Amino acid sequence: MELVIGRWLHILTGIAWVGLLYYFNFVQVPALARARADGTARGISLHIVPRALLWFRWAAIATWLTGAYYLSASGHGFKKAFLLEGESAYIGLGAWLGTIMLLNVWLLIWPNQKKVLGLVDVSEEQQSRAARIAFLASRTNTMLSLPMLFFMVAGSPAHQLGVFG
Amino acid sequence: MKNPLDSITGTLVAGLVLLIVLYIFARNFLPLGDAG
Repeated sequence: MELVIGRWLHILTGIAWVGLLYYFNFVQVPALARARADGTARGISLHIVPRALLWFRWAAIATWLTGAYYLSASGHGFKKAFLLEGESAYIGLGAWLGTIMLLNVWLLIWPNQKKVLGLVDVSEEQQSRAARIAFLASRTNTMLSLPMLFFMVAGSPAHQLGVFG
Repeated sequence: MKNPLDSITGTLVAGLVLLIVLYIFARNFLPLGDAG
């Protein structure tokens, strides 16, 4: 029962994380570009972006922790998955991609978004550089999410023989 | 050269290409373990 709850929480938090990632990339970035043009961007930056980023970065942590629990408690094994050993290798690839995405969130996206939002005092030039770094890190995570989700699904014992056999 | 990550289409195509590369790697170089 604990394993099912762990997996359920992993999927739940993963939907929150990747859902917000897709919201940023498919909705907010193009919308902000238009909002800047007609002078309505301030409301989005002030009220929506900080709240979305709060849920986004903590959902990322929760997804990784529940994923680590699932790997450890299931037959996969945390160490086996990350060392790409045996039948855990495929979900391990997904786990590596998810870990890179988590590091992107906490080491690149959030620190640079703090500069963009004005939570950290920086020059205008540093602010536009930070916006570019945060944007590319976010797009990188969107790119990585495709193989990450594939290997998470295909790595389960129910699918891996049919997919990799 | 334009960065593919600058557009949504480029990002999705890059993600699909990476998926295919990793799939080929996994199918050919990773052990299937007990399932095989």
